[in-house]
Amino acid sequence: MKKGNAYLLMSRRELLTRSLVIGGSLVIGAGFVSAPDAAWAMEAQHLKPKTLATLIQLARDIYPHDQIGDEFYVNAIKGYDSKDHVEAIEAGIEDLNKKAGGDYLGLGWEDQRVAVLRQVEDTAFFQMIRGGLVTGLYNQKPVWAIFGYEGESFSKGGYINRGFNDINWL
Amino acid sequence: MGAPFDLNDDSVVVIIGTGAGGGVLANELAQKGISVVALEAGGRYLPEDYTNDEWDSFGQLAWTEPRSTSGDWRVAKDFSGLPAWIVKAVGGTTVHWAGASLRIQEHEFKALTTYGEVEGANLLDWPITLAELEPYYEKAEKKLGVTRTNGIPGLPGSNNYKVFEAGAKKLGYKHVHTGRMAINSQDYDDRTACQQTGFCFQGCKWGAKWSSAYTDIPRGEATGNLEVRDHCHVAKIEHDKTGKITGVVYFDKDGKSWRQKARVVCVAGNSIESPRMLLNSSSNLFPDGLANSSGMVGKNYMRHMTGSVYAVFDKPVKMWRGTTMAGIISDESRFDASRGFVGGYEMETLSLGLPFMAAFLDPGGWGRNFTSALDGYENMAGMWLVGEDMPQEDNRITLNTDLKDKWGLPVANVNFSDHPNDIAMRNHAYKQGQAIYDAAGATRTFPTPPYPSTHNLGTNRMSEKPRDGVVNKWGRSHDIKNLYVSDGSQFTTGASENPTLTIISLAIRQADHIAEELGKGNL
Repeated sequence: MKKGNAYLLMSRRELLTRSLVIGGSLVIGAGFVSAPDAAWAMEAQHLKPKTLATLIQLARDIYPHDQIGDEFYVNAIKGYDSKDHVEAIEAGIEDLNKKAGGDYLGLGWEDQRVAVLRQVEDTAFFQMIRGGLVTGLYNQKPVWAIFGYEGESFSKGGYINRGFNDINWL
Repeated sequence: MGAPFDLNDDSVVVIIGTGAGGGVLANELAQKGISVVALEAGGRYLPEDYTNDEWDSFGQLAWTEPRSTSGDWRVAKDFSGLPAWIVKAVGGTTVHWAGASLRIQEHEFKALTTYGEVEGANLLDWPITLAELEPYYEKAEKKLGVTRTNGIPGLPGSNNYKVFEAGAKKLGYKHVHTGRMAINSQDYDDRTACQQTGFCFQGCKWGAKWSSAYTDIPRGEATGNLEVRDHCHVAKIEHDKTGKITGVVYFDKDGKSWRQKARVVCVAGNSIESPRMLLNSSSNLFPDGLANSSGMVGKNYMRHMTGSVYAVFDKPVKMWRGTTMAGIISDESRFDASRGFVGGYEMETLSLGLPFMAAFLDPGGWGRNFTSALDGYENMAGMWLVGEDMPQEDNRITLNTDLKDKWGLPVANVNFSDHPNDIAMRNHAYKQGQAIYDAAGATRTFPTPPYPSTHNLGTNRMSEKPRDGVVNKWGRSHDIKNLYVSDGSQFTTGASENPTLTIISLAIRQADHIAEELGKGNL
């Protein structure tokens, strides 16, 4: 569990007392979206909870990394749950659902969802979400570690004595 | 009178820009006792200010004032408002550069003679030869402490280099080493040795890499003959009714405008901003912009044939560790038209951190094809391909009168389309680069498209005849005798080498020339 995040953290008990709708790997409740194991939850302030859940799935379908947890995708898109974005996001997700035959989240295979995305990839909506993810997802320092990237090394004296030339398999 | 200088002091040389050209020229003139005011659009940052975080550093150092793009190059689609990745700061792009310090080859100074006419290209021989520039290359190499010159040892090879070298040797390449780098392999000139930290592009926090920001600039200032005014954006270069330059008008950080008088003006704002300034300085006497009787100001924009190859292996490489560009294969940097193109290219090691890799590996790419490549980040090796591109008149900087900067000045539009020779060279280079990594055991390779331009050249080119270019062999305007160009926009052709060492050599040479002309009363 992360502290100090903008998304709302709820207790497991709180989650269970609210009505739950399962959508893909996300739990959509009254006014919130959470992980099935309640590891994280985000309260929807402006977007419909289902829209928010679809947006999280959309983010993962654009940049799918199986080793990266949903919370990092949530971090990357949570800025869209705002007054300024609500209209564009609701419209974009509605279009996505229409092209998916009614329910994007209901498409069980990534390939099925990607086929829908191929139809919208040149739209301003898709490009806004994709463009935002390039920094929103990959510039999270905890994500770097998942890829093995070590970030700055100046504070440790560089790699001169810490393996800049330690390759041993050539 | 010493620095600071009065706005009405018309005895000063005004230099616009403080990078490889302007920063070096400023110090060289100051060392000779000549009064210099250097105007720098950006702020002043030193190694303790640099940040080893790619996006934060980009925000700190990069030129992000508006520019526009056109033409069929992919940068115009992927990064339409960012044609170039260059620095706005005291020291200019010498803060960001990777340090590769190569001399242009003799035959490359004579591109037209060597290659012959190439259809659609506007090739020309430089008005100077390698022999004329050699003494200045020697001075520049000593100033920068270039490895593998003057008995300075090469840098040690990083993991990324070792993969690159292993593949190159399997392919039979002979000219493979850790480069001629302006990054200290041992302490030199009050700068420490490289600590293999990576982040060469974000400003060297050790000061192991040469940059004018913390060498030539403070040394020039220490003479009392150089005043650097930062956050000063030049709007216009002014002249009297005879056409002689009288000074410049600039905006300071609060948006207030000032007029600095000058005896000589040297323009060194890089190949995008320098022609923009000349064009924005048009007048009744010079309706097409200053120094533009040839019509060549802004034309023949070159950005080098570039591309990258990244490769994933089945074991870790950790390419981000160590010096970013200390690795070179020079075998393809030769004239051999049997490859299907004229000119040559270098292959140089390169790495990006994860955030920039995500942005640049395949701009606009998405889906599992893209993300599975990034999943191999830890096992990735990388190289940059840099070769001679063809000068073309239509590849040019123009004023975009529909788009103004915060001072109300038309911004630069950068129009660029690849010449067929550029495309043939890039395809050859991709194939060779991928073959190198395949030979080293890669499981997957990626021919990566060009980034926003770092090598911006040719838009005020040197020519023997005034009709063919903007400046003469000294970088002096053919039209206006007290106006000089002192940056990479002087380049007649691009050659295959990273341009900084040549820009610096030309600046040292230009300082000698200006001092001599001042001494003779010709300026």
